[in-house]
Amino acid sequence: MSVKLNTRQVGDVTVVDVAGRITLGEGSSALRDSLRDMINKNQKKILLNLGEVNYIDSSGIGELVSGFTTVTNSGGQLKLLNLNKRVKDLLQITKLYTVFDVHEDEAGAIRSF
Amino acid sequence: MPDNSQHATETVERALASTLDSVDSAEELVLAVAQRAGFDDDDLMKIGMAVRESMVNAVVHGNRYNANKKVRFAVTHNGHRLTIRIADEGEGFDFESLPDPLAPENLLRTSGRGIFLIRSFMDEFEMRHLEPGGTEVTLVKYTVSK
Repeated sequence: MSVKLNTRQVGDVTVVDVAGRITLGEGSSALRDSLRDMINKNQKKILLNLGEVNYIDSSGIGELVSGFTTVTNSGGQLKLLNLNKRVKDLLQITKLYTVFDVHEDEAGAIRSF
Repeated sequence: MPDNSQHATETVERALASTLDSVDSAEELVLAVAQRAGFDDDDLMKIGMAVRESMVNAVVHGNRYNANKKVRFAVTHNGHRLTIRIADEGEGFDFESLPDPLAPENLLRTSGRGIFLIRSFMDEFEMRHLEPGGTEVTLVKYTVSK
């Protein structure tokens, strides 16, 4: 399985439930297209739920950074939710864990926007 | 820490096409050997990702998806260490010019983390230029910690 994205609206926050692998090719381009679509629709509060992401490579990390930068530069906020240990470790060794606003509880994450 | 001293040497070699499918194939081949060698899930994830990053470098940055160029791939397990060699036929690059992905000015770059991750996940990592052209990387993971 590559990546599966499901978008839902909670108040004014767009929650994207991401499942599968975010790797070079289909996985990272699907995430890129989804984020670009949200920005074009002027959705400024985006919460990426990565709880079901079991694999992410450097290309996937690059897409997270790209999404974060693009959303931030357009005046919005992109936050991360439910990182599993592997994704959390990856963000820590690449020193990106403190760049992103990371949450473990969806309700709290939504309130933080 | 698995005891694999009784295992015979196992080697798998392939000449792979310069496609993203080859990235998946190489990862699967290595993981099959590494599983038989007794690596745990955490090491398997690290080995798989290091191979994936190395293959992406060879296919995308080395051979640039050129259908006339191959990626030579070999994985060997000798009971004490898992050794993976991946060679492309590209133009090569200056190893000294790789930016530090952890430098504050590079943290928000969207690329440039692959080799850093390989170094982080493997016990040994070497790059060398090939004649007349190409780059070969060697990745090693110890079966038994030093």
